[in-house]
Amino acid sequence: MKKLLMALVGWLWFSQSAMAELDILVTGGMDSGRPVAIVPFKSDGSLPEDLANVISSDLMRSGKFTPLSRNSMPEQPAQSGQINFPTWSALGTEAVVVGHVESAGAGQYRVTFELVDVAKGKDGGNAVLDSRVATVTAKQLRKYAHRISDIVYEKLTGERGAFLTSILYVTVDRSQPMPYRLMLADYDGYNERMLLRSREPIMSPTWSPDGRKIAYVSFEKRTPAIFIQDLYSQARSMLVALPGINGAPSWSPDGRSMAVVLSKDGQPDIYAIDIGSRRVNRLTSDPAIDTEPSWSPDGRAVFFTSERGGRPQIYKVDVASHRASRVTWEGDSNLGASATPDGKALVLVSRIQGAYRIARQDLQGGGVYVLTSSSLDESPSVAPNGSMIIYSTVYQGRQGLALVSADGRFKANLPSAKGEVRSPAWSPFLN
Amino acid sequence: MKINPLLKTLLIAIPLVTLAACSHKKGSTTADTDGMAGQGVETSGLDSGLSADEQARQQFESLKQDNVIYFNFDSDAIEGQYAQLLQTHADFLRGHNSVKVLIEGHTDEKGTPEYNIALGERRAKAVAKYMQNLGVDVSQLSVVSYGEEKPADPAHGEDALSHNRRAVLVY
Repeated sequence: MKKLLMALVGWLWFSQSAMAELDILVTGGMDSGRPVAIVPFKSDGSLPEDLANVISSDLMRSGKFTPLSRNSMPEQPAQSGQINFPTWSALGTEAVVVGHVESAGAGQYRVTFELVDVAKGKDGGNAVLDSRVATVTAKQLRKYAHRISDIVYEKLTGERGAFLTSILYVTVDRSQPMPYRLMLADYDGYNERMLLRSREPIMSPTWSPDGRKIAYVSFEKRTPAIFIQDLYSQARSMLVALPGINGAPSWSPDGRSMAVVLSKDGQPDIYAIDIGSRRVNRLTSDPAIDTEPSWSPDGRAVFFTSERGGRPQIYKVDVASHRASRVTWEGDSNLGASATPDGKALVLVSRIQGAYRIARQDLQGGGVYVLTSSSLDESPSVAPNGSMIIYSTVYQGRQGLALVSADGRFKANLPSAKGEVRSPAWSPFLN
Repeated sequence: MKINPLLKTLLIAIPLVTLAACSHKKGSTTADTDGMAGQGVETSGLDSGLSADEQARQQFESLKQDNVIYFNFDSDAIEGQYAQLLQTHADFLRGHNSVKVLIEGHTDEKGTPEYNIALGERRAKAVAKYMQNLGVDVSQLSVVSYGEEKPADPAHGEDALSHNRRAVLVY
């Protein structure tokens, strides 16, 4: 009986690894976005990917769109010329994506799509906002669907889409001899790949601005050290392993420095290391805990968490002058801040009446908006277009990742099939 | 030259007697902590008592088992109930200058991972300072913080959390 069970578990594991290791369970905000419809792409045979489903899910997760379910679609046209505009207009649909796929021989597919404005179509004008044809391999189909999502998102919002991005995260399975693994996946959890496996903890993965390298903390030598790893060559180098803490690496926007936490001088402080020369430049020296550095998008300042005022709050240090100033004033404490790509807000962890939640603080007005309602949230990371935030939380008794749109409207959990998942880091734009 | 037969006997006898005396002495050394010296017998088993080595080893084993100090939430203050434990460890370290101890600092999962690394280091350093004040040489002490990364209890309820806020003395 035990053997049968083991075989079953083994089979489940293998079949899981062919799909997403992280499922997506939507928990909120499905009805409040702009209504669009992604009509299932017509094809002359069976396709390895449901393109319309990928595009639909992408747009929904941004929080800005509410895609119509297929069951509610009045028709399923494959070309703009086949669209019955008054029908869609009556439903309130703002835009429709239609397309078709033909086999192009030798494992290739020709994909055609059109993004169509319903109001313009009803008025009889030129309704096609974008239309493209591309030939891709079976393996590239899913990636191309994300590309279509990017195009649709940008055409309808004026902002760049972030659906071709990736995430780093750490999984912990304490039943394994090497419990800690550093993983890389598409932002939606698909195509999971292991980058590192260790007996000792791995923490705080972070991306280089060009998306080609990563840095992280590893305890493989029993004490913490910061490593840089090239994603393509897999070459690894140790950046710093000074006595005490070596932690929280954050890559500067120009790619040349790494802000880190070191406690070699008596207590945890913020330092900037020139990656080329390995020269260490001290930025803070307060006797209280300073940690979690994160660069401002203009590279002139580093946000960080400090207890110098009593409880942890967010401060900002000017890299040139080393002058620090306080940024957060609300809640019991604030930690783990990073700036949004436009530099206008901070996304951080705020402790309010004992619960740790993800919040956004506008840097100009100072207004604080709490985005989550769970209580053990940490490690938020913002998508490179500022539209979505990934973070870790405890869901159904296990630590896992969750997504929330930057306006707080869309929420989903990404529970893992095995072990616990933590420390997500959203990549920069990769295309 | 011809050795006097009496001398010959003595030459053989004396070393034999000396040897006998030596082995007798050896027996009494191992048993002397038990006050059985000079009785001319060598015993073994439980009655024979502990050598200094054996005593140290047993003391070391019990120290290794009683080596965790727990902390209150967000605190690095050493509670009074651990004074005795730390005194015992300090006494051992002062008595064995070549022994080194690594003090690990840990936290529960509340808060962020990197902040917890800093808090864990504060806890480990607080214990190290305490031991130094009890006379332990700084060269015997080292610290490392694992923050929330290596919980004693990986569950997420309050009970588990209290078991994770700790410092561990590792030999």
